[in-house]
Amino acid sequence: MFDRRLVMNFDWVLLLTVVALAGLGILNLYSATASWHAATPIYLKQALWLGGGLGIALTICLFDYRHLEYLAVHVYLVSSALLVIVMVMGKTSMGATRWIDLGVFNLQPSEVVKIAVVLLFAKIFAETAHPSGFGLGELWKPALWLAVPVLLILKQPDLGTAVMVVAVAGSMLFFAGLKRGTILILVVLGLLTMVAGWFGLHDYQRARVMTFLNPEADPLGSGYHIIQSKIAVGSGGFLGKGFLQGTQSQLSFLPERHTDFAFSVFAEEWGFAGGLFLLSGYIFLIVWGLYVARRAADRFGLFLAVGVTAMIFWHIVVNLGMVIGLLPVVGVPLPLFSYGGTSMVTTMIGVGLLMNVSMRRFKF
Amino acid sequence: MVLDIKWAELPIVRKRFLISSAFVGLVFLLLLLRLWYLQVVNYDEFLERSVRNRTRVLSLEAPRGPVYDRNGQLLVDNRPSFQISVMRQDIENRELLFTRLAEILDVDVEELEKRWNAGKGFPIYRPVPLATDVSWDIMEKIQEQGGDLPGVLTEVRPIRDYLDQGISAHLIGYLGEITEDELGQEEFSGYRAGDFVGKTALERSYEEYLRGTKGTRLVEVDVKGKLLRQLQMDPPRPGNRVYLTIDENLQRAADEAFGDESGAAVAIDVHSGDVLAMVSRPTFNPALFVTGIGSDQWTELALNKRHPLQNKVVAGQYPPGSTFKMIVALAALRDGMITAGKTVDCEGDFTIGEARYRCWKKDGHGETDLKKALRESCDVWFYQVGLELGIDKLSAAAKELGLGGVVGYPLPGERGGVIPSQEWKRQRFNKPWYAGETVIASIGQGFVLATPLQLAVMTAAIANRGTVLKPRVIDRVEDWEGNLLVEPGVEVVRQVDYPEKAWDVVQEGMVAVVNEPHGTGRAAELEDVLVAGKSGTSQVVRRKSDEEEEEEEDDNETPYRLRPHALFVAYAPADNPEIAVAVVVEHGQSGGRAAGPVAKAIIESYMAGKKSSEEQVGNN
Repeated sequence: MFDRRLVMNFDWVLLLTVVALAGLGILNLYSATASWHAATPIYLKQALWLGGGLGIALTICLFDYRHLEYLAVHVYLVSSALLVIVMVMGKTSMGATRWIDLGVFNLQPSEVVKIAVVLLFAKIFAETAHPSGFGLGELWKPALWLAVPVLLILKQPDLGTAVMVVAVAGSMLFFAGLKRGTILILVVLGLLTMVAGWFGLHDYQRARVMTFLNPEADPLGSGYHIIQSKIAVGSGGFLGKGFLQGTQSQLSFLPERHTDFAFSVFAEEWGFAGGLFLLSGYIFLIVWGLYVARRAADRFGLFLAVGVTAMIFWHIVVNLGMVIGLLPVVGVPLPLFSYGGTSMVTTMIGVGLLMNVSMRRFKF
Repeated sequence: MVLDIKWAELPIVRKRFLISSAFVGLVFLLLLLRLWYLQVVNYDEFLERSVRNRTRVLSLEAPRGPVYDRNGQLLVDNRPSFQISVMRQDIENRELLFTRLAEILDVDVEELEKRWNAGKGFPIYRPVPLATDVSWDIMEKIQEQGGDLPGVLTEVRPIRDYLDQGISAHLIGYLGEITEDELGQEEFSGYRAGDFVGKTALERSYEEYLRGTKGTRLVEVDVKGKLLRQLQMDPPRPGNRVYLTIDENLQRAADEAFGDESGAAVAIDVHSGDVLAMVSRPTFNPALFVTGIGSDQWTELALNKRHPLQNKVVAGQYPPGSTFKMIVALAALRDGMITAGKTVDCEGDFTIGEARYRCWKKDGHGETDLKKALRESCDVWFYQVGLELGIDKLSAAAKELGLGGVVGYPLPGERGGVIPSQEWKRQRFNKPWYAGETVIASIGQGFVLATPLQLAVMTAAIANRGTVLKPRVIDRVEDWEGNLLVEPGVEVVRQVDYPEKAWDVVQEGMVAVVNEPHGTGRAAELEDVLVAGKSGTSQVVRRKSDEEEEEEEDDNETPYRLRPHALFVAYAPADNPEIAVAVVVEHGQSGGRAAGPVAKAIIESYMAGKKSSEEQVGNN
């Protein structure tokens, strides 16, 4: 029943890269929360999440990913249903309704949606993609599939995740191919959406964008996060202040330093050299993901790998862009690095899918 | 399925992999460039901002400079005091905490609330003082219960320690918390709310020398401003040392000689103008002010009928009475209007028109010359001489000798007294001068007013034959390395020219006052040293506001407020003068009997001090 080739083809490189990055993340969390006195330290919890996540990833490897092609629609429907449940009876925190209280932990359906969209679009594109690329007429169906969860997420509101889902779907669409005219129309449509969206944004979201454009205008208010993060990163210098020595993070000037701004802590303590090292790790992970996609046994596997890789990539880019002041603060975690069970589990499901595609690249 | 393999191998799909890889590389390059920009290009700026973020400068109070007497005896020092403060960031339940503290400190919760509110504007890392200068017992209780009193801390603060029990309080002055007005002034630019500053006298005028330099502590704080640890400390430097011209021994002698009486006494060196003693009675305890005086205590001091807060040596203006007579004699002698042998027949009164002016001795002094007139303080002699001389000549002579205007006391609060003239009266009251006013001015009554300090300067000028000296109170200010910062020199206000004969006669008269039978100043006589002096007993002008309470007093006696002031001026040794003294005992009734002994005590102490220091020199 168990094919020996699966073990032989197991993607150790991917596993090691992921564990190394997550390990660095846990080390960084140890420093970021050194002054906290919790019964279970954050870094230990994160280690447990990592362990659980690895378990999930390996479990996913056990069965052939091709079975998922038939399950994709069901997963999509279930996750969309969860989004509706959130809207009806979700848990509200800080002005946003994003969670379902399951007692043991809070489930964030918008995270599940990311995986669901990757699966669904992998299935759709695997079935319908053709070398000449999609025309506008062929796109209305996938657009509809996408619109439902994205609108539900925007309603929560969670702009960051919504943008993320669109970005992931868009990346996969790029690999499926588009006709030139269609690209042009989509760009125009996108711009129009952005202009219209500006007026549909919540005040706090608009404030974040304004703050991003000029953070010094309100240094103690909405600009505080960005300014403190930039001070942390900038004062790290080339070699950093040293492990546990970052004053910005150790003295709590840096907000959200164990979640969204975990990279700022790392950059402060390890400097440009540390940042270069970490980013190299992430580049390798992304490139490896694309490599897995390119060698995938079938089109579904290819799109699945592209989707997962795009998901991880966009999270990294948006998070880093945010903490170093290149993008507005949208509350997107850094995969494997920021503390958070949901983020870890979502990422590890993606990693599991990647490994699955990677180890089953040979036909038999 | 064969199609699938072909998909990845399609040139267009391969191109997409290439484009996306390039895109990923480009995006990461952009991120790295941004990191380079923040961490390498702008490193200095962000590093500085991170340092500013986490550090605060706290100031440490400097002990004020000590004050010594002329012999180096410490008069005012500092002692460590315990202050109970709260660190607001560490308080868990303020209501409970204040209830507990109020019990330990034995004060009302309201009092604590008041202090708490006063510190509301302080930065969060600066403790708010709740009780100052608490006892050891309270300290120990607080220490024991430390765990139950979160946020409470005990600080050691230097505060003023008055070693002379306030005898020199009027000279040294007191401290008080800086006011909002003062905080706005340039002079107080380095100060902040809650600081104590000199409010009066020396403490006020020499604030810049006494204040010292605050120390600083560079501390690390977290995002809430919570103090974490000390990074650097620059200890405070105490204020400079002030040496007064005062001799503490004379000061004590003068103070003791007063007994329970009110008034003022001052002694100056006749060559330098050094003020050797100056006491104003009753005094107050300046220690009351070091922790902030309560309003009850303040009201009591401010409304006290005997004016304990006033420095009577420089601000008390009294009719000089017969101590003024030397001036009349000197002016008449210089004018050539009389000679030393001038005699007047005193029958007990003097009449101009219908007005009759009595001599203090009802039966009269009979045939009286200048020496006798001074010795026995014959009023009629001076009535007649003064009237003949005229008020303007009299006034000029008095002003020359230091009356009728401030003599230049180096600290604030000096008043100038009054020496009337025709011009003065015209300007002041727009009325002509009457001859009768000259008569009573001749015995230092009427409009004439002088401060004890002026009388001492006058007496010194008589003793040294015409040198009017500016009183010196601050001998020098030194820093802790012994460098001289301030040293006011001896200043001669003016040299007054009188014939030697005039000095001789007046000085002889003053010696007779103390040493000859019938002299009015026998109470000041000393065995070892020849003292020259003059008594004065001056009428107190009745004020309307005083009338009510007079009725409550004993009918058999003259009410306290109406009793005449007792004055005495003296110098010694008469043959080679060194010290001049002026004493006013308020409502002391008799200059000779009430004020004379105080003058005597001061001179006695001076001579004793001189003797013992000469012996020491001899022994060495």
